[in-house]
Amino acid sequence: MMDALTFVVAGAFAMATPLMLAALGELVTERSGVLNLSVEGMMAIAAAIAFMTTHDTGSFLLGFAAGGVSGLLLSVVFALLVLVFLANQVVAGLAVGILGLGLSALLARSYEGMTILPMGKITIPILSDLPLVGPILFRQDVMVYLAIGSAITLAWFLFKTKRGLVLRVVGENPQAAHSIGLRPIRVRFIAVLFGGLMAGLGGAYVSIVLTPLWSQGMIAGRGWIAVALVVFACWRPIRLTVGAYLFGVVLLLDLAIQALGLSIPSVILTCMPYALTIVVLTIVSSDASRIRLNAPVSLGENFRPAN
Amino acid sequence: MTSNPAVQVGEAPRNGAPLLSLSGITKRYPAVVANENIDLDVSAGEIHAVLGENGAGKSTLMKIIFGVAQPDAGTIYWQGHPVRIDSPAHARELGISMVFQHFSLFEAITVAENISLTVPGTLKELSRRIRETGQEFGLKVEPAALVCNLSVGQRQRVEIIRCLLQEPKLLILDEPTSVLPPPNVEQLFETLRRLVAKGMSILYISHKLEEIRSLCHSATILRQGRVSGHVIPAETSSHALASLMIGRDLPKTAHPPARQDGAVRLRVANLSSHDPDPHIVNIDDLSLEVRSGEILGIAGVSGNGQHMLSKMLSGEEVLAPSEKHRIELMGTAVAHENAGRRRNLGLSFVPEERLGRGAVPPFSLADNSLLTGHRMGMTGRGMVRNQPRDAFTDQCIADMNVVCAGSKSNAASLSGGNLQKFIVGREIMMAPKVLVIAQPTWGIDVGAAAMVRQKLVDLRDTGTAILLISEELEELFEISDRIVVMFKGRASPALDARATDAETIGRMMIGDIAAPLFSEAAQ
Amino acid sequence: MNIRQPFVLVPRQRQSRIALIAVPLVTISLTVIAAFFLFAGLGADPGIVLYTFFIEPLSSAYNLGEVLIKASPLILIAQGLAISFRAKVWNIGAEGQLIIGAICASLIPIYWSHSDSMLMLPGMILIGAAAGMVWAGIAALLRTRFNASEVIVTLMLTEIARQLLYFLVTGPLRDPMGYNFPQSVLFPSAALYPTFGGVGVRANLSIFITLAVTIICWVFVSKSFASFKLLVGGTTPAAARYAGFLPKQAVWISLLIGGAVAGLAGVGEIAGPIGKLQRIISPGYGFAAIIVAFLGGLNPIGIVFAGMLMAVVYVGGDNSLVTANIPASASVVFQGLLLVFYLATAVFARYEIRRAPPPLIPA
Repeated sequence: MMDALTFVVAGAFAMATPLMLAALGELVTERSGVLNLSVEGMMAIAAAIAFMTTHDTGSFLLGFAAGGVSGLLLSVVFALLVLVFLANQVVAGLAVGILGLGLSALLARSYEGMTILPMGKITIPILSDLPLVGPILFRQDVMVYLAIGSAITLAWFLFKTKRGLVLRVVGENPQAAHSIGLRPIRVRFIAVLFGGLMAGLGGAYVSIVLTPLWSQGMIAGRGWIAVALVVFACWRPIRLTVGAYLFGVVLLLDLAIQALGLSIPSVILTCMPYALTIVVLTIVSSDASRIRLNAPVSLGENFRPAN
Repeated sequence: MTSNPAVQVGEAPRNGAPLLSLSGITKRYPAVVANENIDLDVSAGEIHAVLGENGAGKSTLMKIIFGVAQPDAGTIYWQGHPVRIDSPAHARELGISMVFQHFSLFEAITVAENISLTVPGTLKELSRRIRETGQEFGLKVEPAALVCNLSVGQRQRVEIIRCLLQEPKLLILDEPTSVLPPPNVEQLFETLRRLVAKGMSILYISHKLEEIRSLCHSATILRQGRVSGHVIPAETSSHALASLMIGRDLPKTAHPPARQDGAVRLRVANLSSHDPDPHIVNIDDLSLEVRSGEILGIAGVSGNGQHMLSKMLSGEEVLAPSEKHRIELMGTAVAHENAGRRRNLGLSFVPEERLGRGAVPPFSLADNSLLTGHRMGMTGRGMVRNQPRDAFTDQCIADMNVVCAGSKSNAASLSGGNLQKFIVGREIMMAPKVLVIAQPTWGIDVGAAAMVRQKLVDLRDTGTAILLISEELEELFEISDRIVVMFKGRASPALDARATDAETIGRMMIGDIAAPLFSEAAQ
Repeated sequence: MNIRQPFVLVPRQRQSRIALIAVPLVTISLTVIAAFFLFAGLGADPGIVLYTFFIEPLSSAYNLGEVLIKASPLILIAQGLAISFRAKVWNIGAEGQLIIGAICASLIPIYWSHSDSMLMLPGMILIGAAAGMVWAGIAALLRTRFNASEVIVTLMLTEIARQLLYFLVTGPLRDPMGYNFPQSVLFPSAALYPTFGGVGVRANLSIFITLAVTIICWVFVSKSFASFKLLVGGTTPAAARYAGFLPKQAVWISLLIGGAVAGLAGVGEIAGPIGKLQRIISPGYGFAAIIVAFLGGLNPIGIVFAGMLMAVVYVGGDNSLVTANIPASASVVFQGLLLVFYLATAVFARYEIRRAPPPLIPA
């Protein structure tokens, strides 16, 4: 049973990784004042393209590259709608999300149900032989470590660098940022693109590492959970990492429960991540003042330079 | 063109041209011509005033100089060369800096971080330079302080230091004294004089005649988007300046003493607010009474809790039912009731933000009547009745001389002054028992301001209890009967407006009068 | 060094009539052009694809009937969502409300599967609408009491509704004589909307519910004070607070209306073309209706046209695998393209595009 639990906890890291990647991207996007609700769609198109690439070339590197780029390309469409055509951010996010979901199903239609060999794990010598923590912390694939690394890097970037400061002030008050000579549109464009890239990497991870197979609709709400995670984390990268691992555990709950030999109706288990998202979101949001103090002030509002 | 030979000119451009010269600048907006054929010269080392009342086109002109807006016609010469100033960044490269009327500081970060956004250098280096510059020019600020904790005067100092660290040749100040309590104004002037003594030029925008006469070397006066004169203010009388600015003498409001025996209609008892947001100044144990037939003025420097007070009185912020007696309207406890319920009891309210709070920008005036005037028979069986709505709107437009294209025109298409007249008219037409009105003449022209003030006095004489929140001392003395000063969320006892003077009130506004006075109000 | 914007956007003072007509036309044209290149790139004959998606659905009585069957729920839901979106309350979980409405309404005919009571269909309609309202009401409660984003809550509730439906049709509500197929018993005819339009055409009288809701929505939107309050809350929240219009009320009204129409649409499916409860009862009508609401300019009349257009695309999707070897997911791509291009072109209805004057001296 210990082995089974170790397996589940180690697996939770892998489950959390795509959530983390996508949510970190969304965090940066939202910090600039843009709410991008197309994460699900960006992850879907990236999952499809990445799977096709890795399936055809056998290269995981190319798969991730293709996934990242396709998420990024879709986010360009979103950025144009919101930043140039001043479309409502919620609606534009839905539009691009639907487009991404549709394209993923259409483009990868002939790959439905196919599988690829799983990506190898990095085994850190000595440390990985430690009991319990060894397999959990030191025998993971490269993206797990990369995701943790990017969370730390982002925390440093946001709070310790000049560019991070610029990103935050654009999210607080783009009009004032413009008036002191910053370029809010450009900052937001870059932030949205970064969000697309990260969602793309997250989507690619789902289809070429986590499952690894292609099936239409396989993102299964992960993009939306990522959006909720950003709220849960109060727009802070390190808190986000913790939140993502909590969700990783929940997503693996049916395995864990089997491991513990409990019997719980499957419908409850399949609903669990969604219900938990609602519960967590509700608890975090109920402290309205904390949300107001942490949320980027201009989140969801478009900026148009006065003329 | 005016240049002042009396002023010591700093480093003059080689070709002898003025530092900045505007020629034939014109800017049209869909509804109005904001600037028409404006000529203006600023020499090196002078303080040049741009004088004009609200809506005369001063702000548009400054936006053009600072690259925020582009002129439709005309040329800007910088040190004798024609330039097109594309953006604030470009203006800054040329050596133009601007202190805005509404500051462009970010609340959630420190002074030094704010400044680091526009001035290169590490935070440590900048902190040192901020202190040095502050010392040199009498602008004391703490680099590590969060902006949200600073007073308005301190924020202005941060803005000025930020500009100075970029070593500009020209500093633009947009109505810098409008946010300052009187004692801080002289301090600011001292700083500005030190700056020009170092060879910098200052473009000083204002509508206040006296300060321009005491500070500026030369002035360009704007009226309705055109230049109405170039003068040397020290050699021109206030009377002459006023007639160049508005085309006639400043209007005066008739203000007979109020009756003393009116019943208390609005009572506030030990009111406190508890917003955890550090950017918001909370109300602290505030009490006051407004009687039928009087105007109670609330004086105070911006950001001392007036905003929260107006929201708590209007019902945009509500308290728990257990605290309902903190606010009473005509003897009814209402502190827990929403704005609609309070209005049903006879409260009217004019907020300081006209567009987006007092009126819905993309809606017609008729629909904006409906916003609060629906109580006046504009609805029936849940449906909107167009006829009474339009009749109400037409009457409001006629009564208040609102200049617009009729009841179908959008609120956003009206000038600030006309929209304010419309909103005040709408609230007055509901024959309120209590009227709360905040900053009634902010940013509107002299004529509209005078009309609004007269309407308030007339309404008072019909028995309405009026609470007037204003940052303009002149306005408070012009029409209020008693004055309360707010400082850090607390309120002083009410003073008889006719028995006190601006200096006393001014000192109370910066907390210069002992604190017990403020807590006494609560008892 | 200095990126100059060659064009500037200036808000329009009054609505442009030309833009009102041009925006939908340009949107459709751009979608067709984009689809042409997309499908050409995928190796399909774009001519055949476009014919399949835009012409064929209008070419026979059967197909027209199919268009009506699909337009009806789309328009019905979109009318309710439009009210919600005007108030900027983002109910994007109409799909889940539809499913829950269908599940609850189906309990009557599953329980009384041999009844021919005249009350059966009206009962299903009431229960379906009420169930949709309850499901949307959860989001309203969490939003008004706990400030939880209705976007995420309605969406997560949709996933839960899907899982619940799957669980029910594979378990408690499965037809015991149905060879383990994941579906319920067939409903008795008293539980079905009567069809019209001839033999084999499946169009049914649920269309009249859509029609009635459209008229009610039109009156509500154009005349009622409640709709005015919702619109103020959506356009300018500070003005709504100032006037004392209660934001919580707006959230409740918006979500409950959306939930009710989605529930009705769910009944329309199970008591219409499907005639039983099964794993999939809606091809994403709840999501497509969001697009319909926006394409229709959030206007009750516009929504009717947009709903018809979307239904044509849906029917095209049903036929496309056979005629053009393109999977039905292509219709989702069309939906996405339509909304993307609509949002891009709608800017011209709201803003005038002006050329910025050229620089005298390069910066």
